[in-house]
Order: sequence, then structure tokens, then C-alpha cells
Amino acid sequence: MEATHAKSVTVKYDMDVVRWFTIAAIIFGVVGTFIGVYVASELAWPFLNFDIAEITFGRLRPLHTNAVIFAFGGNVLFATGYYIVQRTGATKLWSNKLAWFHFWGWQTIIVCAVITLPLGLSQGKEYAELPWWVDIMIAVVWLSYGLNYVMTNAIRTTSHMYVSNWFTMGMIVMITYLHVVNSMAIPVDWATSYSIYSGVQDAMIQWWWGHNAVGFYLTGGFLGIMYYFIPKQSGRPVFSYRLSVLHFWTLSFGYVWLGAHHLQYTALPDWTGSLGAAISLAMIIPSWGGAMNGMMTLSGAWDKLRTDYILRFLVTAMAFYAMSTFDGPVMAIKSVNALSHYTDWTVGHVHAGALGWMSMISFGALYHMVKKLWNTEMYSDRLVNVHFWIALVGATTYVVAMWVSGIMQGLMWRDYDEYGTLTYTFVESVSAMHPYYVMRAVGGAIFNLGTWIMLFNVVMTIRQASATRATNPVAARA
Amino acid sequence: MSDHDKIYSTKFQDKVERSTLLMFIMTALTVAVGGIVEIVPLFYLPNTAMTGGDGTYNGTQHKDLQGNVISMDKIVWNPATSEHKSMDDWQPGDGVRPYKPLELAGRQVFIREGCFLCHSQMIRPFRDEKDRYGHYSIAEESMYDHTYQWGSKRTGPDIARVGGKYSDEWHRKHLKYPRDVVPESVMPNFFFLENAKVDVEKTTKTMAVMTKMPFNPVPKTIYSAEYIAAAPEALKDKTEMDAVIAFLQSLGNHVKFEEGVNYRD
Repeated sequence: MEATHAKSVTVKYDMDVVRWFTIAAIIFGVVGTFIGVYVASELAWPFLNFDIAEITFGRLRPLHTNAVIFAFGGNVLFATGYYIVQRTGATKLWSNKLAWFHFWGWQTIIVCAVITLPLGLSQGKEYAELPWWVDIMIAVVWLSYGLNYVMTNAIRTTSHMYVSNWFTMGMIVMITYLHVVNSMAIPVDWATSYSIYSGVQDAMIQWWWGHNAVGFYLTGGFLGIMYYFIPKQSGRPVFSYRLSVLHFWTLSFGYVWLGAHHLQYTALPDWTGSLGAAISLAMIIPSWGGAMNGMMTLSGAWDKLRTDYILRFLVTAMAFYAMSTFDGPVMAIKSVNALSHYTDWTVGHVHAGALGWMSMISFGALYHMVKKLWNTEMYSDRLVNVHFWIALVGATTYVVAMWVSGIMQGLMWRDYDEYGTLTYTFVESVSAMHPYYVMRAVGGAIFNLGTWIMLFNVVMTIRQASATRATNPVAARA
Repeated sequence: MSDHDKIYSTKFQDKVERSTLLMFIMTALTVAVGGIVEIVPLFYLPNTAMTGGDGTYNGTQHKDLQGNVISMDKIVWNPATSEHKSMDDWQPGDGVRPYKPLELAGRQVFIREGCFLCHSQMIRPFRDEKDRYGHYSIAEESMYDHTYQWGSKRTGPDIARVGGKYSDEWHRKHLKYPRDVVPESVMPNFFFLENAKVDVEKTTKTMAVMTKMPFNPVPKTIYSAEYIAAAPEALKDKTEMDAVIAFLQSLGNHVKFEEGVNYRD
């Protein structure tokens, strides 16, 4: 693999657009998690809905999910994607202009989401709430990204495509399939549209979309980040190339099947949910293989964790990845799903992935890139360390609260007293959740505090770099 | 032989890694399989509530306890064979019918307010869910639900069979200020629904759109031109609150379920 970087010194990369995506990612990390804290608080203290339609839970929750997935996650993926594809291919972007179109197009979509979702323009599908005309914008911008990405791979000057680029390409193809098929709708007017599918078919298509947005966008894309930034930050080659080959193909083939496990015991034919459950269990193998591959990349360099705070983020992310890819298959087992479905356990599982894995690997990669992109050291390494511990405490608090409340909900709902009647009314389970909803909001707030620290640290780093560049023209070209 | 040319995996994998096009094609094929296998059969296998538009359901057969086939017309309302011929004559138990105009308007508000994020509409076949919510849901019951609303989370209770459980007045009080009725509730106050009139134009257009769906459209014999033309009258002076309540009251009582019959296989 080292040979692929041989020519990179002679290439001038298109890094400006990467810098902008990086900054956007950091800002939306703050915004997305902040809205998350707010909606979590609304469930703990309903007065926070303030009788304002635009900020009620039902309208803000989609804004939170869209902000963290598409605004934060998206900008992270595009920043790292364009960074990795140029460096591993030793080439400029195929089209710098198209990348800028992608940047401004994507931010425009985010602005549209911020306006339309609080106004109640929802298609009623989770993570695909945005109105039909925004769906068209997403398709156009996404395809511009796909074209640019594939063509940049095509004009690379290295012999092989690096493993990160396989994952990103897989994500681009799969998200295109998912977005196009799931968003098929007939508009009634500019604000409202209805899915062309109904009932059973719509449910299956929605969760094929829902789980693979997780599987390819939030996992595949971020595994691309893992395969580049862990070796780079630790200064060690990927532990096993063959394991990465296995990881990529099994994950790409297998993840697609998992959506059906969201629909066990529903009106969907039983075979579909069972098939989803079986493949979900099998997915422990590629997921843990990949997690081991990331972890073991550090063999011989574990001591670096004492001094390298960025590496701490990256490695902790792998631990959370391993944990949530164990949690997931367990929840897909039908008898466990009977308890966990419809409860906060699902929310806990999602956030173990989103806060522990996806965000942690993002923070690590973003810090690494900021140093390279602005050719400087961090303003404060200590603050990176502070951010790490805050993020870890926040994520853990959140996830533990939701696990406990989820399992408790599930047990309360199915509990019978000695007379054979239900022990608890539904609303008793609601009030029993209150302490956990408070704990969740606190955990989220702690996590959000970390993103503010990161924003501050990065702003100061960039200011520091600009000051140096003004006095040192050589550094400016880096 | 330089390091570049050494093959560390298989010849084919090496070839794929060297060719962007081949990698693209291989990836595109690999990620397509699962979706095709799980989704496509749902459009032609039985028990998926997919109608061919001619009253057949891909060979779906529900059988009563004596083993006799229950006519699908008993499950899904068919004005041609039912003794109740029009939407206004329809009675609970006549079988699944599409939404009346006011209910459809309420459903739009329901989606707009993100109610599905906390209230599921899918009862599973468990003892506790039967005791708490009622008979488990079957595929036909959501066949007219373009943009299905099964939900994925119960922060509040399931509402698949909430129709008729509470009075309109209870719903009105509860929707306006939930904590006036249920002190422990964490639901937002939806008093503002009383201040807005139903969007008549949007609702009539929605009815027309529902008849044009490529899969499971509302039959034009039910949403006839006359029925749609009469909708504005039914929606006149109605508030969004009236609409949401009508929608909630329409949920879950369409099919008359017989004890002990397996409706899912």
C-alpha cells in the first residue's frame, strides 16, 4: 500500500473545497447535536414545546435526524471523501467546479431542510421526510458527487483503488438506489406528496432505505474514513489487507438485507423478517472483522494512545463500532426484538452507533485533517483531550440511559399480575421513563458541549494558521 | 516484479481494484441483490395486500375455523358485493375502506405534525398487545395507506385500533392540552389545530392523487368523480382538529375479526 503514495508529492490537490466541507461539518456537528438535546429535553419536560407549532417534538425531531445525518454526517463524508480520493489516487479532483457545485448544492439542501421541516412539510417517512422537490435536489447534487468521485478514481495515477474508495463508491451507488426508489411519490402540491407504495410494500421499502442509510451512509462511508485515517494517524499500515477485502464485499452484500428486521411481527410476511434476522446475525462476522482490522492496525503502536489524543477518538470509535454491531444483531433476534422493538432500546442502539462510532471517527478524522489542511498544529492539544473525555462520558451516559429505559419499557408493557391482567397502564410506563429521559438529555448536552469545544479549538487553530501564513509565504502553498 | 504487480489477494480481486469501471459494476451488482430478493416478491406473493385492481390479491386466502375460505370482500370492502354500497353507508366490519375526505385531511395533519414518530399503527400478535390494543394488524388494513404509518417507536401508545375507544370530546380535550386529561403525558399541546380550517383544495387533490397510484390505488368506483366533487361540502367549516379526530376515530374497526382465525398466513 505504501507504494500508492509514492507520487503524491508532485501533485497539487484541490483542497479548498475540502476545507469548506470540513468547516461545515464542524458547525453542523454543533447544530445537529444541539437540536438533539432540545428534542430530548422536550420529552423530559414537555413545557419546552412552548405551544409553538414549529418547535414541537414532531416537527423538530426530523430536523435533528436530518441535521446530524445529512448536514453533519454528509459534510464529514464529503470532506474526507474528497481528501482521501485525491491523496490515495495522487491526483487532483476530476472537476473542482463540480465539487463546489456539490458543496453549495448540499448546503442549500440543508437550508431547505431547516425551513421546511419546522413548517411541517413532511413526507411521513423517517429520515426521508424532506419534501419531494428537495428530494430532486438531493438526487442531482448526489449524482454530481458520484460522477466526480468515480471519475477522480478513474484518473488516479496509482495502480490500485485504495480500500477507502471502495467503501465510498459502494455508498454512492447504494444511496442512489435507495433514495430514488424510496422517494417515489406523487405530489399533491408543492408542500405535500404521497408515496406511490402503500402498507406492506411501503414499509419494506422504507426500512430497506432506513437501515441502509445507516449501513452504507453512516457505516460504509465512515469505514472508508476508518481505513484511511487510522493508518495515517497511527503511522501503521492497515492490519490485514485480505481482511479488508473480506470486510468490504461481505458488508456490501449483507447489509442490504437487514432492513426487514425492523418489521418483525408486523403485517409483513414472516419470511421477510426472519430472513432479515438471519442475515443480521451473520453480519457480526464482517462487522467484527472490520473492527478488528481497525483495532489491530495499532499493534505495535498502542503506546501512542498515551500521547495522541486524535488516535484516542479513532480507536474508541472502533470499540463503539464493535459494540453496536453486536447490539444490533442481538436486537434482530426475533425473541429479543419482540421486547426491544418500539422501545428506547432502539434509540440507544442508534446513538451507540451515531455518538460512539460515527461521531468519534469523524472527530478524529476532522482533527487530523484540520492539521494537514491548514498545515499547522492544533491550537490546543489539551482541548482535544478534553473533548475526547467529554464526548465519551456524554455518549456513554446517553446510551446507558436508553438501554435501561428501553428494556424497562419492554418489560412493563408485557407484565401481567397474578390475576392475569396487565400490571401497568401505558402511561405508567411513560412516567417511569422520566428519569431516563432527563439522563438522556444530560448525556446529550455533555456530548454537545464537546462539539462546542471542538469548534472553538478549530477556529483558533485556523486563525493561528492564517496569522502564520501572513508572515510565512512558504507555508501558504502547503 | 515491483511491489505494484504483486497480487496479495486473488487475480480477480486485483483486477477489480485496478479498474474503476469494474469496481463500480461489481459494487453496483453486489448491493442490489438483497433489496431485490426482499422487496420484489412483496408485489406478487399472497398476504401482502397487493391488489391487481380486479379484486384479487395474488391468491391471498384467509380461512375460518372450519377451513372455509373467507371471501376477500369481507376483508376489503367491495361496494359491488357489500350490502352497504356507498362510503356513507359503510359500517364498521364491512371491510377495509379508503378514508373519507375529512379523515384524509386529518391524516395529512397527522403526518405534518410527525405524530407517527411516537405513535405506531401496527399491533403485533402478542398477548399483551391484544389486551392493550386489540387484534393484531393485518396487511389489508394499511393497503390504502400511501405513505404507510406503522411507526417504529411507542413513546405514546399504539393507535392502530384507537377508533371508537374514546369520545370525540375526549380526543378534543386530549389533543388540545394532553396533560389536562393525562397528567403524565409528554405529548405537545395541539390546541392550534382548532384555529386552522381544513385545506379543502389540498384534500380534494389528494383524493384524485390516491386514485392515480400505480400500486393499490383507491378504486375509481369508490373515489368517483361525484364523490370527490362532493368532498368540499363535507369539509366545509371543519377545523384541522375535527379532521384529526375523524381520522383517529376511523382507525382499526374496518375488519370484523373472528376469534381464533389466523389472518396472517
